[in-house]
Amino acid sequence: MAQATVAPKSMTFGEGGTAIAFTVLALLSIVVAAKAYTPEYGFHAYLFAAGSVAAVFALFNRYFDRPAAPAPLVIDGKPNYNMGPVKFATVMAVFWGIAGFTVGLYAALELAFPVLNFDLPWISFGRIRPLHTSAVIFAFGGNVLIATSFYVVQRTCRARMVGDIAPWFVVLGYNFFIVIAGTGYLLGITQAKEYAEPEWYADLWLTVVWVVYLLVFLGTLMRRTEPHIYVANWFYLAFILTIAVLHLGNNAAIPVSLFSSKSYIVWAGVQDAMVQWWYGHNAVGFFLTAGFLAIMYYFIPKRAERPVYSYRLSIIHFWALIFLYIWAGPHHLHYTALPDWAQTLGMTFSIMLWMPSWGGMINGMMTLSGAWDKLRTDPVLRMMVVSVAFYGMATFEGPLMSVKAVNSLSHYTDWTIGHVHSGALGWVGYVSFGAIYCLVPWLWNRPLYSVKLVNWHFWISTIGIVLYITAMWVSGILQGLMWRAYTALGFLEYSFIETVEAMHPFYVIRALGGALFLAGALLMAWNLWQTVNARQAEPAATPALVPAE
Amino acid sequence: MADKTHVDAVTGTATTGHVWDGIRELNTPLPRWWLWLFYITIVWAVGYWIVYPAWPLVTAFTTGTFGWASRSAVVTDLNELKTLRAPMTTKLAATALADIKSDQALADFAYAQGRSAFRENCGPCHGAGGGGAKGYPNLNDNDWLWGGTLEQIRQTIEFGVRSGHAKAHESQMPAFGRDGMLKSDEIVTVANYVRAIANLATRRGTDLAAGKKLYADNCAVCHGAEGKGNKELGAPDLTDGIWLFGSDEASIIEVITNSRGGVMPAWAGRLDPETIKALAYYVHTLGGGEK
Repeated sequence: MAQATVAPKSMTFGEGGTAIAFTVLALLSIVVAAKAYTPEYGFHAYLFAAGSVAAVFALFNRYFDRPAAPAPLVIDGKPNYNMGPVKFATVMAVFWGIAGFTVGLYAALELAFPVLNFDLPWISFGRIRPLHTSAVIFAFGGNVLIATSFYVVQRTCRARMVGDIAPWFVVLGYNFFIVIAGTGYLLGITQAKEYAEPEWYADLWLTVVWVVYLLVFLGTLMRRTEPHIYVANWFYLAFILTIAVLHLGNNAAIPVSLFSSKSYIVWAGVQDAMVQWWYGHNAVGFFLTAGFLAIMYYFIPKRAERPVYSYRLSIIHFWALIFLYIWAGPHHLHYTALPDWAQTLGMTFSIMLWMPSWGGMINGMMTLSGAWDKLRTDPVLRMMVVSVAFYGMATFEGPLMSVKAVNSLSHYTDWTIGHVHSGALGWVGYVSFGAIYCLVPWLWNRPLYSVKLVNWHFWISTIGIVLYITAMWVSGILQGLMWRAYTALGFLEYSFIETVEAMHPFYVIRALGGALFLAGALLMAWNLWQTVNARQAEPAATPALVPAE
Repeated sequence: MADKTHVDAVTGTATTGHVWDGIRELNTPLPRWWLWLFYITIVWAVGYWIVYPAWPLVTAFTTGTFGWASRSAVVTDLNELKTLRAPMTTKLAATALADIKSDQALADFAYAQGRSAFRENCGPCHGAGGGGAKGYPNLNDNDWLWGGTLEQIRQTIEFGVRSGHAKAHESQMPAFGRDGMLKSDEIVTVANYVRAIANLATRRGTDLAAGKKLYADNCAVCHGAEGKGNKELGAPDLTDGIWLFGSDEASIIEVITNSRGGVMPAWAGRLDPETIKALAYYVHTLGGGEK
């Protein structure tokens, strides 16, 4: 027969094994759903069942549609990059970004106008605040990190990503985790640990996804055809590895039952607080810093078409950052039951962290030397450079606030919120937007719909950020000063409620800043949508035709 | 591809020779100012470790040469505050409540302490300015459920209302509707009678004579024949135009049907006697203090 030369199609171990695993998970989920103690947990079990069944169908569909031979690693001497999962994560990043910013704006409005919670438990501030933080950090930021890391590791290793099912499992599984976490917040399922609210079953699922992510990343590094590993990949690897360790340490919990969403953390009292902020601060250090520095190290030199400023600086600041960050957590627990010695270590390591952080800023900024003129014409590059400036500002402010004398004023006030958002909106937000503006045209192989809209995005958001952080600085310092004000007779000058009243105008300004930031992001989403649909707002200039006389 | 001899044309700096996806790296040395600042922060940290508590040992930790500890620092701060307040606090303790206002300095001190304590402890229910809310009495007016003299106010603060304390103010209005003592049409009638004696409009066709009889049989024993209330029992004056739970017909019917009675905690034991004294003085000054 003619077909005899074609290798017979058979299911790979990955396809078969994954299908069996999901079948088992589907059955288990149905049993759990049937016996769940609470309807909320039952709902999550049904989501797991539905997701697992969908995964099995997708696996078979894919099997019947695909060619018999596995995708080639190289086509015509060029690596056959696997960009499907990158595209998916990029789209999800934009989607979750808009969702997360919107929830943040609503939470800000609830603070200014508490009536907006309408006495509904699902949208009360206590539930939507963590929904906002997790949506922007893990859903938006996480998808940006997964998308860019899969892109960058392939391009800088000149190798196709390892795995056939695995990369898709990572992006889909991660976004499924986000759905479980997000609906959990609204339904009131939480283990009440900052940035780690999802309960044990969501944590277990994320652990599996994350280990696969690590293996795909490591495998691709090992498959590289470049002799050396690019600096961006060191940062990505540090981020993936450390987040795994932090996640396991902070979420060590014993479930009440397989049929209950409730679990108890194994750490108790001040040890729990210590572990929590060791995790919490390194979520900032490794998720929001190391990961996004990796983005900076690829996208800024690429976009500016300039070499990285200093290889030596990148080595020194990388290792200094990795070594010092992990100690800084206790500065979240100044003036608490945490022993004085631990507070001292948290504070001093935060101070020593200042220059390692600025090493990244210098390397990002100075990479522009020889290309500063591009800032005038390329708003995408401008966005990324401004993000590095915000990084420098936030990493100066952070060590400053870790000093106990400063912290005694700033702690528990809006100053902290302002600090977080100068890092989150300015640094993480802008470097992500810059990377997405680069990625979408590269991935879909089309020019950006409108550079002018990027410019609008830049200015609207920048005004928003400035309004946000200045409002929170003023509000926070005012709040701190009011709390500690004593009268000459030795009594507190203000009651708590008076300090709350004083915050009101700043809460309104903050909400306005948030609204502008969201408006900028909506412009971006529109711009990218038009790009993917191959529209062009500014047609290439055509020479004016002069009528013949 | 490693090309050790590559030099960047713009800066004239050599690169490391590596290229990744078109990206090269300059071999620029570490900026001196950066390196020196890094060293300085490290030296500063080591110095801080020497003078403050810093490193854990097997069963203890290094306590630092300054001998500073957060626990003793808090105690020192609190003692300083006590010392600052001590002369006036002693005077306040020794002075009878009624005599505070004759000593201007002491009056100012009691007012300041009362104001601060009121806003932290009483404000959540009575409002920061003592304006009250539905179910929480306004302390600025001269309508007092349990009396508005200095001593009466102090007693209310110390032991509370229906607080479970042995000396608390106790009284319970019957739930006339729920317990079947009055029929619902009788409740409507007597509610309208109550509105009538308060000079409020009544529902058309109400038999006020029947209402008066119902009132006399059921309500007058506590609220008085004229509806002027009774401070011994905490029974509100129904004629003064001040309504703790609302003056509309539906609110009054609700009160008669299910009864009402707020709870105020006993503050004795939670606040020291001087603070309670200052609070009584402060509340008395709010506007309605009685002789």
